[in-house]
Amino acid sequence: MLVRRCGDLADAQDALQDALLAAATQWPEQGVPDNPRAWLIVVGQHKLVDRYRSEDARRRREEVLAAMETVETAASGHDDSLLLLFGCCHPALSPASAVALTLRSVGGLTTAEIARAFLVPEPTMAQRLSRARRTLRELDGPFRMPSADEYAERLRAVLRVLYLMFNEGYASTTGPTVARADLAVEALRLTRSLHASLPDDPEVTGLLALVLLTDARRPARTGPHGELVSLADQDRALWDRVMVDEGVALVEDALARGAVGEYQLQAAIAAVHDEAPSTDATDWPQLLALYGLLERMTGNPMVTLNRAVALAMVDGPDAGLALLATLDDRLPGHHRLAAVRGHLLERAGRPQEAAEQLLQASHGTTSLAERDYLRVQVARLRRGLAP
Amino acid sequence: MKYMLMMKYYVEGVPPIDEWAPEDIRRHIQFQQDLGAELVANGELVDGQGLAWPDTAKFVTSDGVSAPVVTDGPFAESKEFLAGYWMVDVEDEARAIAIAARASAAPGPDGAPMRQEFEVRALMEAPAPAE
Repeated sequence: MLVRRCGDLADAQDALQDALLAAATQWPEQGVPDNPRAWLIVVGQHKLVDRYRSEDARRRREEVLAAMETVETAASGHDDSLLLLFGCCHPALSPASAVALTLRSVGGLTTAEIARAFLVPEPTMAQRLSRARRTLRELDGPFRMPSADEYAERLRAVLRVLYLMFNEGYASTTGPTVARADLAVEALRLTRSLHASLPDDPEVTGLLALVLLTDARRPARTGPHGELVSLADQDRALWDRVMVDEGVALVEDALARGAVGEYQLQAAIAAVHDEAPSTDATDWPQLLALYGLLERMTGNPMVTLNRAVALAMVDGPDAGLALLATLDDRLPGHHRLAAVRGHLLERAGRPQEAAEQLLQASHGTTSLAERDYLRVQVARLRRGLAP
Repeated sequence: MKYMLMMKYYVEGVPPIDEWAPEDIRRHIQFQQDLGAELVANGELVDGQGLAWPDTAKFVTSDGVSAPVVTDGPFAESKEFLAGYWMVDVEDEARAIAIAARASAAPGPDGAPMRQEFEVRALMEAPAPAE
């Protein structure tokens, strides 16, 4: 809203912050106005005018006017939030900065909330955000709709930022769980709105499906004390069926369109897991084929790692272990490689070697929940106990 | 006053945690989580973090001119490892010491108190305003 009216992102946000501050100080005394959102926008504009009257107004006004023209021209036919999203996820920003700026500018999070989610002091996050805005300001029309030849790359950057945001909230188990969960919720909301703007893009659809199909498992992913529960041990009755159904329908729709991409494949993999009643009853040959496709598409050794798990389920642990041996050069000393190897060694009936690998994995991980989980597994194996 | 309570890895006579029984590890983790939750509820917790295993540590020195010297961990002496820390904002030093004492007695094998060593250090703060 305010971005459209004044063009410059930083100014609009500062003005909104001022308006919110005014709201915080005035509402308790004067009561909440009938339409708080409209009130905020009106006050925000007043505050903007105030700012323009300040001493350095002229230089700023010129900058803002230039930016305003750009946005106004570019915005015709596109919704503001889409332009904002493309700008905030600009490849000129580091992924971490892009995630933070998107949360602040497109999402509904305050600087304090973002700081909490990333476990940094608020002034640090405020600085990171303003550095990101400064980087964007030096670019040529970051909030313009990208031209046809750069569109694909820019969209890929947007998808990556949303995916990282989701992962930060979902996968990371450090820090206050609630603040983290906010990130996942926000990533889902933003991906949904991107999909509403670009309903025909199969990778956008794929990402939305992936987020839904992964987030559906969240209620089962941690135990009562915040400890990690592996996919095999999760209570599948806790999975959110509504999300699963929506995700499955989306990924089927996207795959039917032909242009298969990595988010669609990842979503398809998540769908196979989500539709299985148990680990044993999972369609592992299907997963093996999907990981094979994804591996060819991305060349990512982490995908090969996952393919080794699927291969072990189809052809037995020794086949999986043989594939892992090809990763020693590409993921030297990586804790995930050790964790998967330990898991397969146990299935191959070699508990002592398994314990050694899992111990190594526990030393390499930076996730407290994962370390706790691995330590318990090591202790169990050393005592010859069943899982 | 703010204090940093720094926890050492090594405890004389207690085996490393990955040699404990699974239920002992679970009890220990539960204790740490409960203590953290209690400090939050008291309004005393500033920050608390466990550190990654020292295997992944790097030592860095530089003269500011030539390339920095970077060597891999771990430390030669296991008792030098810093396992993690609590940062608390409390009324006085006595309270910081009481929290450190609680944390030090975290349950080890068979639930016996570990007597983990804590170093309690005050944080430097802004000088008090002139009278």
